[in-house]
Amino acid sequence: MEEPRTPQVVLRNVTRIYERGAAGPVHALGPLDLDLPKGEFFSVVGPSGCGKSTLLEVIAGLAEASDGTVSFEGKAIAGQVPEGVGVVFQEDSTLAWLTVWDNIAFGLRRRGAMPGEIKRRVDDVVRLMGLGDFARAYPAQLSGGMRQRVCIARTLVLEPRLILLDEPFGALDQQTRLLMGDEVLKLWRETGATVFLITHALDEAAMLSDRVGVMSARPGRFLEIVETGWPRERDSRIAAHEDFGRLTSHLWSLLRDESLKALGYRTAAA
Amino acid sequence: MSAIVDRPRRIVGFVDTLLLVAFLILVWQILYEFAGEVALSPPIATIRYAIELLGSADFWPNVYMTFRAFGVALIIAMVGGLTLGLVLGLNRLLGEAYEPVLVAFYTVPKVAFYPVILLFFGIGMAAEVVFGVIHGIVPVVIFTMNAVATIKPVLLKMARTLGLSYWQLMTTVVMPAALPEIFTGLRVGFSLTLIGTLLSEMFGSRAGLGYMLMQAIGLNSVTLIMSLTLLIVVFAVLANALFLVIDKRLHRRG
Amino acid sequence: MRPALLLRLATVLGFVVLLEILCRLGVIPNFTMIPPTTMALGLYRLLISGALLPDLETTLSGVAIAVTAAILIGFLAGALLHAVPRLRRALDPFFASYYAVPVWAFYPLFIVLFGLNDIPKVIIGFLYAVVAMIVNTLNGLDRVPPVLRKMARTHQMGRGATVLFIILPSAAPHIFTGVKLAIAYAFIGVVGSEFILASAGIGYQISFAYNNFDNVILYSLILFIILFVSTVNLFLYSWERSILQRRGGR
Repeated sequence: MEEPRTPQVVLRNVTRIYERGAAGPVHALGPLDLDLPKGEFFSVVGPSGCGKSTLLEVIAGLAEASDGTVSFEGKAIAGQVPEGVGVVFQEDSTLAWLTVWDNIAFGLRRRGAMPGEIKRRVDDVVRLMGLGDFARAYPAQLSGGMRQRVCIARTLVLEPRLILLDEPFGALDQQTRLLMGDEVLKLWRETGATVFLITHALDEAAMLSDRVGVMSARPGRFLEIVETGWPRERDSRIAAHEDFGRLTSHLWSLLRDESLKALGYRTAAA
Repeated sequence: MSAIVDRPRRIVGFVDTLLLVAFLILVWQILYEFAGEVALSPPIATIRYAIELLGSADFWPNVYMTFRAFGVALIIAMVGGLTLGLVLGLNRLLGEAYEPVLVAFYTVPKVAFYPVILLFFGIGMAAEVVFGVIHGIVPVVIFTMNAVATIKPVLLKMARTLGLSYWQLMTTVVMPAALPEIFTGLRVGFSLTLIGTLLSEMFGSRAGLGYMLMQAIGLNSVTLIMSLTLLIVVFAVLANALFLVIDKRLHRRG
Repeated sequence: MRPALLLRLATVLGFVVLLEILCRLGVIPNFTMIPPTTMALGLYRLLISGALLPDLETTLSGVAIAVTAAILIGFLAGALLHAVPRLRRALDPFFASYYAVPVWAFYPLFIVLFGLNDIPKVIIGFLYAVVAMIVNTLNGLDRVPPVLRKMARTHQMGRGATVLFIILPSAAPHIFTGVKLAIAYAFIGVVGSEFILASAGIGYQISFAYNNFDNVILYSLILFIILFVSTVNLFLYSWERSILQRRGGR
């Protein structure tokens, strides 16, 4: 396949400093660089407070970098979320007053798409994600996991070329998370989009991604970007692979000191 | 740490409120220029008259009458309201059964009950107290009910694992957890009891601040009306502000 | 039938029956209170004769004006204050103390300013209702989950679209609470003012009946107010419940 050589997302020297902390400005992120080729599945892991969500918001255009450049498909991101970027947040962002079907149709409607097209595309995504039985239900009647799937569906129906997920399965139990991970992989393959996933679960990052970025404690910078080398056709059963354990323990060895720092301990290095 | 950063913010907030008060006084003055002496008395004259009132001989006996009734009504409203609120909040069935009744009672104009109260109790302090109570008790009950009903269940479970008796549970877990919300209810109840007492004096009494106000209306003595109103408002606002300080502190500590 | 509903009905009914017995037996003398059945009969006759209509009209039209003004102005003021946090912080103590102020103390002033007509009582009703609307609008706007605003930006929604499609629907339950309270307070303000110093309206008729020792009319009117308020409440609360049930209280 002819893919352009320039990566889809390019971050150079990106830094984010919050002005309004209690003790003065907070250096939350960076400086860091990142290149995301189109169609890659990239995960970010790191201790709490290291700036993972900030990174996601900077890439999305929800937050502006204090320094450095961020570009998506060759164009600099300027304080607005570019068309073609979809975001699934950690908190439940379903609209309580709309049915599941109307929730999924929400983005299309705001774009002024024709009713016929809306129906076709929403029905497609509903079928793709197996939400058919719940199309007329309201979010309040669904579990947390189901609601997140609705949020994913709402993003997918807009056919984004880059999908950003901020710990979308954080509130769910392990079994559900594994199933959701498989579902995200399936959607990734079917849409060909680039996926950028933030997770606190090392095993999740290890089994789902092409590459895993390990972030340091605040200010977050990439300690290492680990290649997994997995084939494109994969699911959670890759955990049985002999390299999986090595991968996960490598991630942990990188993270252990950083996590101690985040918890307030002094480490050998500090 | 955040208190230190809060201080300049709080000073700005205080100054802002002062500016607002100054603005209101300015509006008052302008309204006076517009409407004339027949309708309003200007800020300075009103304040001067109010100070005179504070020094006059027949002002304080009236204050005493009002506060006697108010005090009794307040105690009944708070104690009664707390008890009723606790019962309704802790017992699911009772709470669910009677909350709509409470709401209906709250929304009915209490003045509709006033003749009934007068017929039963006659003119005098008893009627004033009852009127004050029916005004003030409802917010206390509603807020207390709500406060108790929304205590985090995990706190109650935790208390049970510690083997606390019912009394200990109430005093060491339920009351402290519910306190901020209950206190807001007491604050609102205070204000409403005061209003109820004053209202009842306006047409059912021969003494008290409300009665003084009604007399001033009869004589159409604009300055007296406004000075009395000013004094009452200042008292109500100051008392409420005091409650608010405590209220905010309670809510901050959660 | 749900146990709570049963208990409530039984208590109310029991109370009414008790009153009936005490009145009929003379334990409560007729010059203090008349039996509930007589009240109901008196009210029925009053309604049939149409004698209540003019006063009903003046009270309800006053309430309608006060409520409409309070809802519109209260909502706009709440939205404005939400957008200007500094002004809101300055006004916060004012709102918190508002219901401590005996608004009726200003009533004579309004009469002197506007005359002995319908305007003063409508203003009092408005003044009572508007702050409840403002406070609840602010509450509703405060509670819009921040994630929804972020989500709106990911859909490239501008300010107008965000307000119309995200913020207003999200804040709707609280705004509705404001509307409910505004209606209640406007009614209290108007009827209360009529009672104190007016020449028409339900409140005035109650005062008139009392001063003329006409217990039948007095209690018929009081019964009317209780029934009217209860019915309006019932309607508003069941409407609210049907809307909120689907939303699950969010």
